[in-house]
Amino acid sequence: MKTIDLSVATVRDLNQALHDQVNNVQDREWVVTHANGAHNLAVGVNEAVSIDIQGHAGYYCAGMNQKASITVHGNVGVGCAENMMSGYVRVKGSASQAAGATAHGGLLVIEGDAGARCGISMKGIDIVVGGSIGHMSCFMGQAGRLVVCGDAGDALGDSLYETKIFVKGSVESLGSDCIEKEMRPEHIEELQELLNRAGFNEKATDFKRYGSARQLYNFKVDNASAY
Amino acid sequence: MCGIVGLYLKNPALESQLGKLFEPMLEAMTDRGPDSAGFAIYGDEVADGWIKLTLQSTTESSDWKALMGELEGRLATSLNWFQNASAAVLKAKAEEAVVRAALAELAPGVRIMSAGQSIEILKGMGLPKEISERFGLANMKGSHIIGHTRMATESAVTMEGSHPFSTGADLCLVHNGSLSNHFRLRQELRREGINFETENDTEVAAGYLAWRLQQGDSLKTALDSSLEALDGFFTFAIGTRNGFAVIRDPIACKPAILAETDDYVAMASEYQALSSLPGIEKAKVWEPVPATMYIWERESA
Repeated sequence: MKTIDLSVATVRDLNQALHDQVNNVQDREWVVTHANGAHNLAVGVNEAVSIDIQGHAGYYCAGMNQKASITVHGNVGVGCAENMMSGYVRVKGSASQAAGATAHGGLLVIEGDAGARCGISMKGIDIVVGGSIGHMSCFMGQAGRLVVCGDAGDALGDSLYETKIFVKGSVESLGSDCIEKEMRPEHIEELQELLNRAGFNEKATDFKRYGSARQLYNFKVDNASAY
Repeated sequence: MCGIVGLYLKNPALESQLGKLFEPMLEAMTDRGPDSAGFAIYGDEVADGWIKLTLQSTTESSDWKALMGELEGRLATSLNWFQNASAAVLKAKAEEAVVRAALAELAPGVRIMSAGQSIEILKGMGLPKEISERFGLANMKGSHIIGHTRMATESAVTMEGSHPFSTGADLCLVHNGSLSNHFRLRQELRREGINFETENDTEVAAGYLAWRLQQGDSLKTALDSSLEALDGFFTFAIGTRNGFAVIRDPIACKPAILAETDDYVAMASEYQALSSLPGIEKAKVWEPVPATMYIWERESA
C-alpha cells in the first residue's frame, strides 16, 4: 500500500504517481492523507487501482476516471467524477454541484446529498445518491441512470434525452420535457440491482421513474416554416 | 472569480483569537482573488452616542494627527483615534452625519470605509497576505469577521474597488459573483438618499440592503427582497453589528460552503479555506442551498 501525504507532497506529485501506474502497476492500493479540500485529486487515473482519500476533497476530484476505484472519506467540491469513463467513485459525505457531469460510464455513489446540476449532461454513468439532489439535475442527460433516495430539486431532467431517473422522495418540479413514467418489472429489476451494487438498503418498488417525453430533442419538421 | 470568507464566533472565549483564526482563511483564498483583499471586523464597540469610523486616505501620505486636531476643534468634542497602516480608526461622541460633514470639508481626499459602533473595514490592493500583514490582522480581536479576496471583473483594481463595502451603520457585505442591474439600481437608490462612493456592483448590493434596513426591514426581510431586486450571480456573506448571514442567488453558480461547531460558524468559497480551523474535522460541513438565508445573531446588540 502506498500512502501520499498532501501536507508534504503536492497534488501534482500525487497525480503523476497515479498516472505512472498505467500499464506498469507498482501499487494496487493508494491512500491519500491530509486532503484538506485540495482541488483535482486523483484526476485522470487510467488503471485499476484503489484510492482512498482521507478528508474532504476540493473541485474535480476523480475527474476523467477510468478503471480506478476511488473512495473519498469526506465531502467533495464541484465536479466530482466529472467525465468519468469507467470505474467506481464513492463519496462518504456530500457532493457540491455538477457531480458526475458529462460522465460516460462507471458508477458514482454519493452517500450524502448532491448539490445542483448533479449528472448534468450525463452520457452513460450510473449515479446513486443516498440523500437529496439540487436543482437542474440531469439537465440534458443523454444516457445512464440517476438514482436519488431522497428528494430532487427544481427542474429535474430538463431537456432530457435518454437518461433514466429514479427518485424515492419528492420532486420539487420537473424540467421541460421530463415526465413521470411507469415502473415496469424490468425497471424494478435494473434499479434493484443498481441499489444493491451501490450498497443501499432500499426497495426498488418505493421509487418512481422519470424520463424524456421525447417532444423536444428532435427537430419537428412541422416547425420548418418558423425559419 | 473572487473568494469570500467569514467567521462568526459562538464561543466568546475565542474572541481574542479571531484575527489569528481568520488570517489563514483569507490567505487560503489567494488563488481566487490576488488583486486586492480586505476584511470587516466587529469588536471593540463604542458606547451608545459614540460613533466609530474607519478612514482611508486616497493620497499616499496623510497627516492624520493634524486632521484629527482640526476635527476635534470643529466638533468641539474629544476624539479617540489610532492609525493602522494606511487607515485610521476614529471614535467620537458625536452624530455620524456631523462627523461626515466635517470630514468632507476638512479632508475631501479621505474616504470613509465604515461607520457604526462596532465595525472596522480594512482593505487595499495586493495579495491577501500583504493586506493581513499590513493591518496586523493576526492580532485582532472581535466577535465576527468577513473578508474578501478580489479578482476584478466589473470595475477597476483600486483601493476603492476593493471589498468589503459598507453603506450603512455596522452593515457590511462581501460578494462573489457579478450583478447585471447595478447601474439602474444605483440610480434608484441614489434617489432614495443612499450614498455611493464607487462604480462597483457590490456596493450597490450593500446599498440596497442598507436602504431596506433603513426602511425598517429586518435583515431576513431585506435579504428576501434582495433576491428579487438583484439580477446576477452572487454568493453574499453579510455582517451586522450582532449578526452574520450567508445567501446565494437562486441559480447558485457561485460556490459556498458552511461549517458549524459549538464554537463557531465559518463560511468560505471553498473548503480549503476552512481546513485550518480548530475542530473542523468534526464540524458539521454543508453547502448552503440556493435562495435560502442562513442567519446567526447574538441576542444582545
